[in-house]
Amino acid sequence: MNSIKFLYSAYAATWSIHLLYIGSLLRRYRRLKQELNELKQK
Amino acid sequence: MKRLFPILAVLTALMLVYAVYQALVVAPTERTMGDVQRIFYYHVPSAWTAFLLFLVNLVASVVYLVKRNPKVDALAMVSAEVGVVFCTVVLVTGPIWARPVWGIWWTWDVRLTSTLVLWLIYVSYLLLRRFSDSAQAPALAAVLAIFGALDIPLVYFSIWFFRTQHPQPVIGGGGSIDPRMWRVLLINWMAFLCFALLMCWSRYRLETMRREVEEAQALESLLGDDRGSSAEIRNPKVALNRSGP
Repeated sequence: MNSIKFLYSAYAATWSIHLLYIGSLLRRYRRLKQELNELKQK
Repeated sequence: MKRLFPILAVLTALMLVYAVYQALVVAPTERTMGDVQRIFYYHVPSAWTAFLLFLVNLVASVVYLVKRNPKVDALAMVSAEVGVVFCTVVLVTGPIWARPVWGIWWTWDVRLTSTLVLWLIYVSYLLLRRFSDSAQAPALAAVLAIFGALDIPLVYFSIWFFRTQHPQPVIGGGGSIDPRMWRVLLINWMAFLCFALLMCWSRYRLETMRREVEEAQALESLLGDDRGSSAEIRNPKVALNRSGP
């Protein structure tokens, strides 16, 4: 039972790291798109 | 290309779900470690993927130093960033696996320490890329990447040359595993490789876009300055107003 807890923790940690990275990519993409739109308006 | 990305994303998501099913349900339970050994199917493919991405970074860095092609420089940066993400997974899942099996979260043996050093080198590389405005930054980062890559064989072969807590490597070492475990390991690695490829693709597009925005901003500020200077020449009051109180 105890080892299952470690197993699920490792899998959850892996996906948390990947999701955080994907989130950071999305945030950077939105910011760039906004900057690009501002430049187009000028 | 725009249509290909969502198709690949769906296929990769399906592969990842299948890989999790294989790792948690289909793979046989290891005799001594029990279910916790299934961390192996995330830990090892993540390490292999990180090594592969760091090797791509090495090749791209060497090519950049020779040809000074900005696209190759972008590829070097992207592979290092995604490589650091996978190396972080290795450094996090390793201690979670070590705790129930070795009884400790961390030990300063050669394999673990050299992996931590590898991660630190590539984090430094990314920080150099992020915070240096110098035109020499890509070349300096490329040199750092070449030195950083020297740590990869040290990480992999450390188990051969030094006594460590870590078991023998699965490929090219004294370690051997059940063929069913091999199959599940390869399925997981393929899924993670596709996932890494997608992340690199997205990050590369983002990097290209960032460089375009920076160029457009530089051009805009140049044109803005030119417009300002022309206005000052035509009407000196503009210059007085611009200098302000």
